[in-house]
Amino acid sequence: MTADREVKIAIIGGGPAGLAAAVSAAESGVSPEDILIIERDHVPGGILNQCIHNGFGLHTFREELTGPEYAGRFVDMAKERGIPFLLDTMAVDISRGETAGAAGKELKYLSVMNREDGFFTIGASAVVLAMGCRERPRGALNIPGFRPAGIYTAGTAQRFVNIEGRMPGREAVILGSGDIGLIMARRMTLEGAKVRAVVELMPYSGGLKRNIVQCLDDFGIPLKLSHTVVDIRGRERVEAVTIAEVGPDRRPIPGTEETFACDTLLLSCGLIPENELSHGLGVELSGVTGGPVVNESLETNIPGVFACGNVLHVHDLVDYVSEEAGTAGRCSAAYVMNPAESRGGRTVSVRCRYGVRYTVPASIRTEYMAERQIIRFRVGAVYRDACVAVDFDGKAFRRQKKRILAPGEMEQVVLGKSDMEAAGVSEITIRIEEEPQGTRQGV
Amino acid sequence: MNKTTELTCIRCPIGCLVSVTADAQGNVMDIRGNGCPNGSRYAASELVNPVRIVTSTVRVEGGELPVAPVKTKTDIPKGRVFDCMEAINRASVKAPVRIGDVVIADVLGLGVDVVATRDVGEAAAEPKQDVEEAAEQIRGEREV
Repeated sequence: MTADREVKIAIIGGGPAGLAAAVSAAESGVSPEDILIIERDHVPGGILNQCIHNGFGLHTFREELTGPEYAGRFVDMAKERGIPFLLDTMAVDISRGETAGAAGKELKYLSVMNREDGFFTIGASAVVLAMGCRERPRGALNIPGFRPAGIYTAGTAQRFVNIEGRMPGREAVILGSGDIGLIMARRMTLEGAKVRAVVELMPYSGGLKRNIVQCLDDFGIPLKLSHTVVDIRGRERVEAVTIAEVGPDRRPIPGTEETFACDTLLLSCGLIPENELSHGLGVELSGVTGGPVVNESLETNIPGVFACGNVLHVHDLVDYVSEEAGTAGRCSAAYVMNPAESRGGRTVSVRCRYGVRYTVPASIRTEYMAERQIIRFRVGAVYRDACVAVDFDGKAFRRQKKRILAPGEMEQVVLGKSDMEAAGVSEITIRIEEEPQGTRQGV
Repeated sequence: MNKTTELTCIRCPIGCLVSVTADAQGNVMDIRGNGCPNGSRYAASELVNPVRIVTSTVRVEGGELPVAPVKTKTDIPKGRVFDCMEAINRASVKAPVRIGDVVIADVLGLGVDVVATRDVGEAAAEPKQDVEEAAEQIRGEREV
């Protein structure tokens, strides 16, 4: 196989993850012209371009920015460094080659296409997967009822309103209380639409608490927890949506139905990392996150293939995406710059137990870890006044008190390299420890 | 009688649970649970004079996109949010728009500007070919 063009680091996706990875790779010493960002849209920035609300960047820039402003900062950083973009270009396949590229590493071949150049191949020593995620569509939700116009995912509606300048409807019900659904409840209300209710199957919201406060409570929009949509009416256009309460088995309880007249149903029912390319390449994917299984360098099971951002696991905050992508960029730079990298050394596995659904990373090679290793995870239920417990080889290492832990909020623990080396640990366990009843406070 | 209110701070995504205690006159006596000084400022203000930043879009004339995103540069009183939306919906700007351009100066006399949050370039000089025109062309080619 031959490539039409060769780069050292190919970054797939020009959203927040891809941009931060590119900037960080350049800062780590890779010459900018050896980096390439491949983006399918005609502008970089990804989903941030339609997230016109504020609240981005408090962590990264110490100020509160809107999505387009946050994206703009990173686009400027990439452009100032002279990192090339391949816009309007879709990567359709990645495969492994047998030959070594200029960096002395096994080349990966990216099959890409665009309107100007047609179909061509890019060879890359390292690949950073930064494709982001997609919304779960109606077809994956099994909602009964008719299939009229007026049913959109929340992100599609967001694009209509914020980029195309069109309102998807006048009266809406929103199914799912993910952050985009909450943000759209406010956005539609501000533009004069009536949002009847936000309906959530689970007994807790999947969105950030602050979004419930500033997007629903501010406007008196009811949040119906433990409810779901059981019927959609209307032949040409949505005319009404019927919701019902669900029991602990998540099945609708007969007799609890309530019908809302509306012309629009928005769906905010979860995001799925978009890993068709990773899967095709043979990257091992997690059954929990849907994203690649990675080590401390955010490297997948395929040497030289890294992942970051929402393609790895869905984040609540873009600031953490940028931080994580910075690691992927730095590690991909180290990969292409070190001619002979030993891949031996000790590997510490990170296990999740009670209450913890997954961790990123899933393993840590102590030789390659940074001084401070961040381990991000999500919990499977709401816990109040609980502890995040970290065990080294079954022995308690640290306990961290938390007033509240919820599936909608990503958590993290930070481990020091020296602590891990001193303990000579071979397995780390992260779990949730609930306080005995007697010591519970408040709530 | 002092009254304690539980608030979720919205200043950052951590969303601290903050308890604010005020006396009968509404004077804030005590603030607990905030993780940073922004939290105590938020809690105090939320009780007396709640404020919000408004983000929306404004119509663009001759732009590559029909609308440009905008925001109020700082907080405005929560009670004026819908008035501010009306003002934004009445306004329009001419392309090109640059990040930070003032779209409405001193909106509603609140001393706060509404500014653009994204660059929007001018529409491409050559308009896209009309569908009818294209169809006509294809029909013409077939006849030849």
